[in-house]
Amino acid sequence: MVEHTVKSYDKELDALERRIAEMGGIAEKMVIEAMDALANADTALAHEVVATDPRLDALQREIEDMAVMTIARRQPVAVDLRELIGAIRIAGDLERVGDLAKSIAKRAVKVGSEARVPRAIIGLKHMNDVATELLKDVLDAYAQRDEERAREVWERDVDLDALEDSVFRDLLTHMMEDPRNISFCAHLLFSSKNIERIGDHATNIAETVVYLVTGEPMPTERPRGRAQMDIDIDATGGDV
Amino acid sequence: MSNDVNAPRPAKPPSANKDKIIVRGLNFYYGQNHALKEVTLSLFEGQVTAFIGPSGCGKSTLLRVLNRMYDLYPGQRAEGEVLLDGENILSRDLDLNLLRSRVGMVFQKPTPFPMTIYDNIAFGVRLYEKLPKSEMDARVESSLKRTALWGEVKDKLNANGLSLSGGQQQRLCIARTVAISPEVILFDEPTSALDPISTAKIEELLDELSGEYTIAIVTHNMQQAARVSHYTAFMYLGEMVEFNETNTVFTSPRDKRTQDYVTGRFG
Repeated sequence: MVEHTVKSYDKELDALERRIAEMGGIAEKMVIEAMDALANADTALAHEVVATDPRLDALQREIEDMAVMTIARRQPVAVDLRELIGAIRIAGDLERVGDLAKSIAKRAVKVGSEARVPRAIIGLKHMNDVATELLKDVLDAYAQRDEERAREVWERDVDLDALEDSVFRDLLTHMMEDPRNISFCAHLLFSSKNIERIGDHATNIAETVVYLVTGEPMPTERPRGRAQMDIDIDATGGDV
Repeated sequence: MSNDVNAPRPAKPPSANKDKIIVRGLNFYYGQNHALKEVTLSLFEGQVTAFIGPSGCGKSTLLRVLNRMYDLYPGQRAEGEVLLDGENILSRDLDLNLLRSRVGMVFQKPTPFPMTIYDNIAFGVRLYEKLPKSEMDARVESSLKRTALWGEVKDKLNANGLSLSGGQQQRLCIARTVAISPEVILFDEPTSALDPISTAKIEELLDELSGEYTIAIVTHNMQQAARVSHYTAFMYLGEMVEFNETNTVFTSPRDKRTQDYVTGRFG
């Protein structure tokens, strides 16, 4: 893009973008490591993930402050205004992603070595891989201002919803098989919900990227398997 | 005019707008210099339209065509059509005085006449109407009230107009314009010589006057255009690059040149 006549304006926007990239990197790492900690009963790694979160929170606050200052000082319009609003929104989403990863890590600590049915985690790991990929792709889409790629992420979130559904059935089966699995599987259930939400935040970011690039908001209706899943929950509940 | 709190100047949807002035294929020449090139746009009734663009892009020239101000200078000519309520104002046999009573103008620097505040307003009215004293008093008062100047000058109507502050002088000029009940008011950089408070007062006035009058304003202050107008026209090198709702121009302009200009990336 053509540079601003006032060079320091560009510097401010660049600085913001760098911090978003940094947040993205941290959040991605947290999501991957939280699942590793859970899958490998690695309490030390889980504590590390929890300890990373404050850095993410601090970055988010920094981004908000910088964006607010730039808005106050430069009265941005058009693409610049969208950049700033986008930065604030994406920072918010990434901060939430960090919280969700932290919550998974905390469960990893609680579950510790009492992981009873290792195969129950396979589905969850798969979900986490998909979520991590969505997150990575949407951050690339943001870095490259790639509208198409953002739209793709937006559409792919359905996969994650479907996976959550199958993980839910899976865990339910394990719980029914042996009541001693219940506490462990309940933790995994919450974790699967967290991963599903990470996907939602990736979709939010995708929407922000599309808005940022085109100036047009995405449709409010997202493709999702949620309605389907509600029915499934009821059906399963009836069967049990 | 009632305004939605969330959208300070919501433009009416184009379909709900009535054309007050239609400019079609307008070309303008300062001697050999081709200053406006095939400009086409509409000024909608009761709406504020802002003209923005770098110096020399033709926005003031366009404004000066709308009340045939250029007629005062030799060697300047306009071609094309400018329709005010359907009547071509570029036509030779048009009554210029009548046109200027319908299309008023306010300039960059306040231009009060060197006479009393009262006469500054009454002078213009007398050109068009013969009013008994009491009616003239009422007209002066209502014009000054309309421009939020009454409270400040009601006790010194016989003071010289030039004794007022810059911002007051500018509001006096607007009152003078309003007094002859024009249909369209043209503002050429009305606040560029004023302090921020006086500027805010003029902007508030623009808000008040919109709805009743069709307003065109040329401004170098882009934020001002964003604040006061319903529609914005971006001009560059004598061409109309983009004409759109102000909200669109300042959030997601359609033309790359508009975007570069409003975001301060030009050149």
